[in-house]
Amino acid sequence: MEQVKPLIPVNALPEASIQSGFFALFRKEVRRFYSVAFQTVAAPILTAVLYLLIFGHVLASSPKIYGYEYASFLIPGLVMMSILQNAFANTSSSLIQSKITGNLVFILLAPLSHIEFFAAYVSAAMIRGLSVGFGVFMVTIWFAKIPFAAPIWIFIFALLGSALLGSMGLIAGIWADKFDQLAASQNFIIMPATMLSGVFYSIHSLPGFWLTVSHFNPFFYMIDGFRYGFFGDSDVSPYHSLLVLLICMSLVSWLALSMLKKGYKLRH
Amino acid sequence: MSALSIRAVKKSYGDLVALDGVSLEVEQGEFFGLLGPNGAGKTTLISSMAGLCTPNSGTIEVMGHDVQKDFRMARRQLGVVPQELVFDPFFTVRETLTFQSGYFGLNKNDDWIDEIMANLDLTNKANANMRSLSGGMKRRVLVAQALVHRPPVIILDEPTAGVDVELRQSLWQFISRLNQAGHTIVLTTHYLEEAESLCGRIAMLKQGRVVALDTTQNLLAKHRPPGMPPKLLGDDGAADLEAVFVKIMAESK
Repeated sequence: MEQVKPLIPVNALPEASIQSGFFALFRKEVRRFYSVAFQTVAAPILTAVLYLLIFGHVLASSPKIYGYEYASFLIPGLVMMSILQNAFANTSSSLIQSKITGNLVFILLAPLSHIEFFAAYVSAAMIRGLSVGFGVFMVTIWFAKIPFAAPIWIFIFALLGSALLGSMGLIAGIWADKFDQLAASQNFIIMPATMLSGVFYSIHSLPGFWLTVSHFNPFFYMIDGFRYGFFGDSDVSPYHSLLVLLICMSLVSWLALSMLKKGYKLRH
Repeated sequence: MSALSIRAVKKSYGDLVALDGVSLEVEQGEFFGLLGPNGAGKTTLISSMAGLCTPNSGTIEVMGHDVQKDFRMARRQLGVVPQELVFDPFFTVRETLTFQSGYFGLNKNDDWIDEIMANLDLTNKANANMRSLSGGMKRRVLVAQALVHRPPVIILDEPTAGVDVELRQSLWQFISRLNQAGHTIVLTTHYLEEAESLCGRIAMLKQGRVVALDTTQNLLAKHRPPGMPPKLLGDDGAADLEAVFVKIMAESK
């Protein structure tokens, strides 16, 4: 018969201490999207390539923008749009799935602070957004000549943009009680805001009213600042875009952290 | 220092009073039963201990740590097996346990995880995806998840609901070993024979209030239903506690 090993008595165990659970939650979130990478990474890359093929072909004869062919102008916008949409999708879909299936309880039972929770979910969202963006870039770069005028701006806007959308996804995932509500926020807010942010056009080609409206769309500043990193030229100054992005990031992070700290819709 | 210290805890959801001034002390190393009919407030009380819900008033301490003010240390000391059969469909059994351990900051915990899996007969399912497991196996993983950080206080919320005899036996053997090693166990169950054979002390809840709190022995001795001589109740333990439970619930308003 198998010998049962005696357990170490509780009072002989090392004293419990608080160690960060951030890396475990971060790894779990990355592993989650990586385990379905066809859906979470490959599919959005294909979608972006289709946009390029269709719009690039239809608008091939458009006037040059910043001195480059339309396809060259379009690619950075598509890359950034993919980064933003996928960062949002990662946090929001992970949270709503965990809430609805009930397995969020395992994270809520752990001694994770609201800051660790926020940092782990948003960092994983950034990894997914940046992975998709990098994939889109690597596939589309062969279709047009792309300059790198100021690469530091590319990194700044990619990192901050993905963090902002990851945080927004976190808020949406906490707020939504069902998939339908989340789909509404994705399809009626995030999708139009990114599509109408100058991904496919320079806002200076818009009539006056819509040009003004575009300046109230924070997604425009993310796309425009990101594009500046490639062309060294943009519709507004990259410093202006960065300021808008930092203000948005501060507000959204504060809201997400407050919701997590309070346990809004997570703890009753 | 008590393992669990619950003082005048009240919790309402709108007009529904789930907990109406519950006070309890559970000492370290106890095997404690928390019994009551459906809707008595057992799960709300457990959720309050685990920080899953916030009481309207009162305090709860786990191993001397307030579950609200010092929530990180309180949660570090507590392992909870939830009632619902929930799991993350993306991962294998081992991944599930490794991540759960990591949430508690324990990143090199493979020996203990292996030991838990061996004790719960999960070793040969270590690399199986959670989706592929039977209900009983998923229940075992739930228990394992609550134990990954070897908490001194373990709460089992109806852990044997709908599971086969084999799991019940192996689960109780393992939980009894943990109790013998000094872990405090709090058990809620509708199988009163389990509570009677395992728990040294029992609290009974009804409509959010504690209506009985004593050692299992005293409860059985004091609350024998009238007209039932001890000799009729003595051999069959299950009938004993069940009869006592029914009597106490009927008497309490």
